[in-house]
Amino acid sequence: MSLSNNRAVLLAAAASMLLVAGLALALFWAPEDADQGFSQRIFYIHVPIALTAYACFGWGAWKALRLLWTRESRYDLESYTAVHMGLIFGILTLVTGSIWAKISWGVWWTWSERQLTLFLVLFLFYCAYFMLRFSVEPGPRRANLSAVYALFGVALIPVSFLAIRLAENFIHPVVFTRDGPQMSGSMFVVFCVCLAAMLALFASLYTNELTGKRLDARLRELREALE
Amino acid sequence: MTTSEKYVTAAYLVVLAVILLYVVLYTFKLSRLEREVAELTELAQRRKAA
Amino acid sequence: MTYFADVAALARKDILLELRSRDTLPAMLLFVVSALVVFHFSLPSEASATASTGLLWIALLFTALLGLGRAFTAEREQRVLDGLVLAPCDRSAIWLAKCLGVLVFLGVAEAVALPAYGLFFEPVGWELVAAILLANLGLAAVGTLLAAMAAASRARELLLPLLFLPLVIPVVVGGVGATVVDDPGRYLGFLALYDLIFAILSWASFEYVVVE
Repeated sequence: MSLSNNRAVLLAAAASMLLVAGLALALFWAPEDADQGFSQRIFYIHVPIALTAYACFGWGAWKALRLLWTRESRYDLESYTAVHMGLIFGILTLVTGSIWAKISWGVWWTWSERQLTLFLVLFLFYCAYFMLRFSVEPGPRRANLSAVYALFGVALIPVSFLAIRLAENFIHPVVFTRDGPQMSGSMFVVFCVCLAAMLALFASLYTNELTGKRLDARLRELREALE
Repeated sequence: MTTSEKYVTAAYLVVLAVILLYVVLYTFKLSRLEREVAELTELAQRRKAA
Repeated sequence: MTYFADVAALARKDILLELRSRDTLPAMLLFVVSALVVFHFSLPSEASATASTGLLWIALLFTALLGLGRAFTAEREQRVLDGLVLAPCDRSAIWLAKCLGVLVFLGVAEAVALPAYGLFFEPVGWELVAAILLANLGLAAVGTLLAAMAAASRARELLLPLLFLPLVIPVVVGGVGATVVDDPGRYLGFLALYDLIFAILSWASFEYVVVE
């Protein structure tokens, strides 16, 4: 899949515009939440980033499946890049989530927030993905191992979520209550714009990363051919 | 600014910082790629001359 | 039917090897009892009974890790794994056989650990035993696959715990939950679900882990 310059530029432009529009809407136009006030606005950045992280891991698992199916080596790089971005978005989710916890409940971490706990588990899981990749020689073996692991990750997401919900019964009593995202119409519009912005950001960064990595690989081949 | 406003702004700034960090890292990568292409072009030209 | 004959043959080989060399199983037994003793000293006196349950599960997890770390060393050192892979048997049979071996080892370790736990901490109820039996399946299934992955890497013993622990968090939740909550049915059901999903996934993907 070689990218024409047009597509990459278009993607980057779309991502930038959506991001600026989304953030502007979130900070200025969105109505103030009755209960939480200004601090609710962090939702517009925290939840889209979380959903984008899931999308990254899902995309990575899809590419992994394609690799195992067709055994074409290009899917390894695509899967790896997606997981890499997923981890970055995951870290951002944890950081913004932590800030939100500080705002809402005055603590930097709380176990009673299911999404955050789930992301912590996933963060550990995908960090181990990188440890796996770094300790195997590059080649089809590493590609296969990474692909299988990425698939396990995606299976782990719903199972972990269920586990965390079940764990609440005996670990901590759910002290902090939180309103679900009951968003009014205009809030929902802003949320959707921000979500589209984050997804577009992922798509754009993914495309760039992939091109960069492919260039790396081709230059290495060229070097070997010349030396 | 109230405390909550400060924290919300901090969250948005963190996201911005990560995106800008990415830009910086990418610039490094591009300059490295540029250098490699220059080296390889030289190698190729030397080969052609030889 | 040769599939199950292969599985049986491979499993028998592993168990016979262990019976002759006697290195992994005694280590697991000693480890789990030592861990329980350490836990006694690490629990402050106001700690609840449920805390000791949690610690039992941790001890079992790390005992499993100990056994799993050795699951493929014999094959790797003698380079037997390539031979097994080339043999005309379904690769997933290798996984199933290893899994059965691991289950046997875990079972033996738990047969020692549970009485020790009952002695040191508190009596063992049927929910705990049921939860442990179900959890064994999940731990063995996932652990065998991950052990094969780790065996292919340079880091080996370092890598296995990193891969293993995040994946088995649901098992810990299910196991501890079944033991401490009044109605264990949901947690036992959840353990069964985990076992089903990850056993199928491991069985199906083992082929890709051992083949180049």
